[in-house]
Amino acid sequence: MRAIGIILAGGNNNKMRELSYKRAISAMPIAGSYRSIDFALSNMSNSHIQKVAVLTQYNALSLNEHLSSSKWWDFGRKQGGLFVFTPSITAENGFWYQGTADAIYQNISFLKNSHEPYVVIASGDGVYKLDYNKVLEYHIAKKADITVVCKDFPEGTDVSRFGCVKMNEESRITEFEEKPLVCTSNTVSTGVYVIRRRLLIELIEKCAAEDRYDFVTDILVRYKNVKRIYGYKINTYWSNIATVESYYKTNMDFLKLSVRDYFFKQYPDIYSKVDDLPPAKYNPGAVVKNSLISSGCIINGVVENSVLFKKAYIGNNCTIKNSIILNNVYIGDNTYIENCIVESRDTIRANTTYIGNNGEIKIVVEKGERYSL
Amino acid sequence: MIKKEMIAMLLAGGQGSRLGVLTSKVAKPAVAFGGKYRIIDFPLSNCINSGIDTVGVLTQYQPLRLNAHIGIGIPWDLDRNIGGVTVLPPYEKSGNSEWYTGTANAIYQNLDYIDSYNPDYVLILSGDHIYKMDYEVMLDYHKANQADVTIAAMPVPYEEASRFGIVLTDDDNKITEFEEKPEQPRGNLASMGIYIFSWKILKEALITKSEQSNCDFGKHIIPYCFEKGDRMFAYEYNGYWKDVGTLSSYWEANMELINIIPVFNLYEEFWRIYTKSDTLPPQYISEYAKVERSIVSEGTSIYGEVYNSVIGAGVTIEEGAVVRDSIIMQNTSIGKGTKVNKAIIAENANIGFDVELGIGNEELSKLEPKIYNSGLVTIGENSVVPNHVKVGKNTAISGITVAEDYPNGVLGSGEFIIKAGDVK
Repeated sequence: MRAIGIILAGGNNNKMRELSYKRAISAMPIAGSYRSIDFALSNMSNSHIQKVAVLTQYNALSLNEHLSSSKWWDFGRKQGGLFVFTPSITAENGFWYQGTADAIYQNISFLKNSHEPYVVIASGDGVYKLDYNKVLEYHIAKKADITVVCKDFPEGTDVSRFGCVKMNEESRITEFEEKPLVCTSNTVSTGVYVIRRRLLIELIEKCAAEDRYDFVTDILVRYKNVKRIYGYKINTYWSNIATVESYYKTNMDFLKLSVRDYFFKQYPDIYSKVDDLPPAKYNPGAVVKNSLISSGCIINGVVENSVLFKKAYIGNNCTIKNSIILNNVYIGDNTYIENCIVESRDTIRANTTYIGNNGEIKIVVEKGERYSL
Repeated sequence: MIKKEMIAMLLAGGQGSRLGVLTSKVAKPAVAFGGKYRIIDFPLSNCINSGIDTVGVLTQYQPLRLNAHIGIGIPWDLDRNIGGVTVLPPYEKSGNSEWYTGTANAIYQNLDYIDSYNPDYVLILSGDHIYKMDYEVMLDYHKANQADVTIAAMPVPYEEASRFGIVLTDDDNKITEFEEKPEQPRGNLASMGIYIFSWKILKEALITKSEQSNCDFGKHIIPYCFEKGDRMFAYEYNGYWKDVGTLSSYWEANMELINIIPVFNLYEEFWRIYTKSDTLPPQYISEYAKVERSIVSEGTSIYGEVYNSVIGAGVTIEEGAVVRDSIIMQNTSIGKGTKVNKAIIAENANIGFDVELGIGNEELSKLEPKIYNSGLVTIGENSVVPNHVKVGKNTAISGITVAEDYPNGVLGSGEFIIKAGDVK
């Protein structure tokens, strides 16, 4: 094996609003039956990377639960495996992860004790398919020090929440600006990097010695003129879900045949934890149009242009429109929900109305216990 | 030292010929049920839910699908360091090699497997019933009675009792008499084919009866133990239990799942049924689709209309297609404008467009009236039905059929097309 993997799954940000109260972004449910980190994990597994560390610190309960067994991604092996590293107090350090580079530094023994020559670093909040081996081959061919996987956005897209890069004709990155005020480029970093393991150890240790903590600003941006940093462009589907709007849009993208076909039908597959839920049930009165419905759902009402995650119960005479219902939600009779994301494990009382107006996505949290059938 | 208090032996070698073309390529326990499940998932899930972590599965007829499904037992948490699930096919022995000639003979040929776990009790199960049962409670009952053999039995209506093996008991449920398919039943407790034996008793009986040809539990071992004076008790079971051995009972049991509150409820949390899911993604229901009174499994795309049906995983139902009162198993596709009425369509079948299934009046089946007698269209796995044809009732189709197989584009009621060597 040529590479080991690191998945940075620690993040939280206020752009996820109430959705991040409950879980790390990497554990956000996606497309009915998956969670965000499944995409990075499946890509690792499908790229034959057998040893993967997940670095997490924010609200990791859902994530830990999801990763309780590594067999779903085929990491339950004698060689390698899946490691979840949360911060721990040691003789030298009593801090939380103070940034992405610090998170790697605090677990540097994982890097030092491996023998594979390369490291693939990915984030847990991207929805995409990618063969990391192709990036690795490119990395070797370019004799690069670091390769950054990039994606072009259409002119005029607001990319100010990403890292913006400019490349020269050889694809070497000449400019790298993190979350710029004014974007001069529409090429963004996807947060996937390939780097030689020894070089990563060296850079991370140097960072730590200088009290610097962030992989992007303190390594990529700082070293862009000193090290050979290359961009590897992808033109396939890639979406980062770290804002409510993009999270909503990414889920709605799966209502398109082309997106479903790309992720669900074409090789390779995306894997996830199997939940052993019965088939979805459509009772008399169910009217479902242009929607994704997951296992364990029971539908008695109207569902249009929506994504229902696992075990949603839709009561009689309900209408769910342009909405996302997360896992394990009970919706009482005569309820109307439009342009909303309904938080998981909740009971929505009967006869209520929630509408997200003016293009805003409303997040519905009633904090009721899930009414069990 | 390896020791398991009770291990289960699951008989899964039978063909289940009364399911017609559904079992021409797979053993009955591997036939799909309830959308995403296979019949064997029910006893296997019962085992793990009852705390039994060692299960020997005896296979013989067409075991490929069964082997692939069971694998190393991951879906049922039966992948264990010690115990877990073991598939036990017949094997060659020095001096003699024979198939499993009967249910008890199959167990006899695997005495060494059972002995290797050093059990006190052995649970004998068959792989063709739909039910939820806590075998641990049955074992407690067996122990409390200091029984040698405990037989699970359920009350059936007296008028149906003559189809079953009936046990007669005293007030303590101790079995006093057996009646096999009695014409004038004196009791209505029917044996369910689920037995707990104290291992010493069973081992002795199997060895004593080893020369018996086609050695069977119901016909030989149970009578032998009874005559010998072993303590035999009936364990009364009152929950849902369904034999899905015939096309009509198989179809009915599936249809019961779509009731608003099904008697057999798969949505209960505490007694989950596990299965190997090959398909993960959610199902897609299109803008113009209608789905009502149905259950639909993962990864299915519905563009047409579905009423009163059980739809498996990865199925595609195209625009304008109308599916009623039918069972469609996984990865099958139904073409545009096709009408499906009261049909059972097995896995990976391909039904063309503008096809009509289940037309006309019922006629006696020319293939096997005892099997195809409930008005159903039955289509075997990997079958292909060409565009524009019409198919009547009590029909059977298996294999890759072409338009020429349908005189005037019609397969009348009671007719059949079985293609020889229909390998995909």
